[in-house]
Amino acid sequence: MNTNIKQAEIDISDQYEKMRGEKVNVSYGDKQALFDVDVSIAANKVTALIGPSGCGKSTFLRCLNRMNDTIDICKVTGTITLDNEDIYAPSVDVVELRARVGMVFQKPNPFPKSIFENVAYGPRIHGLANSKADLEEMVVTSLQKAGLFSEVKDRMNEPGTGLSGGQQQRLCIARAIAVQPDVILMDEPCSALDPIATATIETLIDELREKYTIVIVTHSMQQAARVSQNTAFFHLGELVEFGTTDQIFTAPIDQRTQNYITGRIG
Amino acid sequence: MSNSVADTSTASSVTKKRDLNLKKRYAAERRFRAMGIGAIAIGLFFLAALLFTVVSKGYTAFWQTSIALEITFDEGVIDSAKKRVEDPNILLMANYPRLARNALQSQLGLEKPTKPILKQLDGMISNGVRVQLREMLLSDPTLMGKTQKVWVLAEANIDSAFKGQIDLSVAEKNRKVSDAQIGWIDDLNSKGLIAQKFNTGLFFNGASSRPEMAGMGAAIIGSFYMMLIVLIQALPIGVAASVYLEEFAPKNRWTDLIEVNINNLAAVPSIVYGLLGLALFINIAHLPRSASLVGGLVLTLITLPTIIIATRAALRAVPPSIRSAALGVGASKMQMVSHHVLPLAAPGILTGTIIGLAQALGETAPLLLIGMVAFVADFPLTPLDPATALPVQIFMWANEAERAFVERTSGAIIVLLMFLAVMNIAAIILRKRFERRW
Ligand SMILES: Nc1ncnc2c1ncn2[C@@H]1O[C@H](COP(=O)(O)OP(=O)(O)OP(=O)(O)O)[C@@H](O)[C@H]1O
Ligand SMILES: [Mg+2]
Repeated sequence: MNTNIKQAEIDISDQYEKMRGEKVNVSYGDKQALFDVDVSIAANKVTALIGPSGCGKSTFLRCLNRMNDTIDICKVTGTITLDNEDIYAPSVDVVELRARVGMVFQKPNPFPKSIFENVAYGPRIHGLANSKADLEEMVVTSLQKAGLFSEVKDRMNEPGTGLSGGQQQRLCIARAIAVQPDVILMDEPCSALDPIATATIETLIDELREKYTIVIVTHSMQQAARVSQNTAFFHLGELVEFGTTDQIFTAPIDQRTQNYITGRIG
Repeated sequence: MSNSVADTSTASSVTKKRDLNLKKRYAAERRFRAMGIGAIAIGLFFLAALLFTVVSKGYTAFWQTSIALEITFDEGVIDSAKKRVEDPNILLMANYPRLARNALQSQLGLEKPTKPILKQLDGMISNGVRVQLREMLLSDPTLMGKTQKVWVLAEANIDSAFKGQIDLSVAEKNRKVSDAQIGWIDDLNSKGLIAQKFNTGLFFNGASSRPEMAGMGAAIIGSFYMMLIVLIQALPIGVAASVYLEEFAPKNRWTDLIEVNINNLAAVPSIVYGLLGLALFINIAHLPRSASLVGGLVLTLITLPTIIIATRAALRAVPPSIRSAALGVGASKMQMVSHHVLPLAAPGILTGTIIGLAQALGETAPLLLIGMVAFVADFPLTPLDPATALPVQIFMWANEAERAFVERTSGAIIVLLMFLAVMNIAAIILRKRFERRW
């Protein structure tokens, strides 16, 4: 099994490595959720994390911006680096890390504030804008990048929670972009959306890839195949196979990967 | 063809036969509904009974009988030796009730009354007339020798008689109002010189052993100070404690223990807090007895668990997704709490606080222990002055034997209930106002 991963790594060795997990072990209390996971996240690529429910995809994703810190019983060991710096080192400030590694959640979770405030919140707390006009421009660009601006430009002061599910999710993406992160983590961002909204967001992800590194958890094989360049397949807390999306979907090496993508486990 | 027809007929006969127990289910539902309505009816009945007894006994307390007198500020009575310029005490000590009695006597056309008659005349007018006339003369010395129409309070029993609360069929010696006095009341009434006026003294006067002059002014101020002290202490302490426990503290055995203890504290009988306050604030810290400061401190202790429990519930009701969202864009924990969690929890915290305050406003037993049953005639100017509280005032009046105090007790209960109602309505309005509907 180890050899499989090695081989996969060779396939992506030409890509700049934005983040890297090495021997990542995570346990919730006595229950271990991840076993020695090694993953390399290439810059300006979309990396998809796939696998059956409960295999630890969200757990791994949360390690990448230390959202696991907020869970009392969660213990993370191993190294995870961002631009070759250990993000779990004591010198690293979580707040700064999360400004560099943004997150979009499974269920759209806009703040119960206006659309403008939702997007402006991140830049405001990080002091990214020098003036009011500056801030407004940031909000507009972020909404444009998230493909939401034309729909909400007349109702910036209306509550973000009043938008449709797909619009809310794009608002959350705009909120994440506004902080100008390097990496955006997305945990099943389309699971609550209809096919049309899903398609909008998939297009969006493809566009965002130019500026950002994206890690996405998804249950849809088609989605992984459509939007991602690299794919990691998790099973029961282990990373079974990791490689380019083409390779994983056309010539999987491990039998379990084969079974999963053809729908025999999961 | 024929086969399919046969099939449908069997199917429908099966449907007919199916017994879904509907009758029983609906009957159970009806029974439950009837029980619920019954329970509410019982509750409403007792509420109505309570309000009826209190209001029917107490509404008369808001009116007080006054008598109009043509008072002559007779120098011969006040300062017969004309020494008031040298000795200002003369004006303070003068026999003002005599002025009132003289006025009443001439108004009733009584000439050369006997001693018992004079005594009964004195008994018509409240002793409060002494202060009333003295204040008039002191503020306007030119009144000396002049005659002026003044409304003075009638004595409590006269008040009761005028309100029709005294049974006149009882033998004269067994009641507090004599036949002569009844006659005078009727006489004054026919001349329009006796009337019921709105009882402002009930709200502004301090304690008095004479019911017609007794008011809950000192109690209202005492209660106000205590509510203020409770608010400025219990709210910040309670919110800080809850935020720490809910958002920052690790979940371990110690925090569990603290949580259990806070919940238990809310159930500790309030009189125990009174004992604690007596030991801690009065015997050890040597704060003054009967002071609203001590009362406020004790009530703070009583209110804290309520506020903490309500605040924690309000914090827990804020969806975790909001917290993740804030942390996800890089907010610090403090920013997450102050920008998102607290504003969303504010309506719940507010409601809990007002309910805690209302609870504190009605608390009586602990205040008895720290000496707030004092007879306080003067307004407490600071929270360190002796004061009483509204419920304590009710308790004290309820222990008085005189008929006029019964009426005042109920009147004070009405006032207390109104304060509580106002606070609860405020809680509802504030919650509606701050509640986020998006
Ligand atoms: N907060 C938590 N406390 C305890 N155990 C947890 C917690 N979160 C996840 N786990 C456990 O860790 C394992 C991996 O969970 P995780 O949420 O990462 O799975 P997942 O791959 O994201 O699944 P899904 O596709 O259903 O979202 C599961 O067995 C789960 O029970
Ligand atoms: Mg998940």
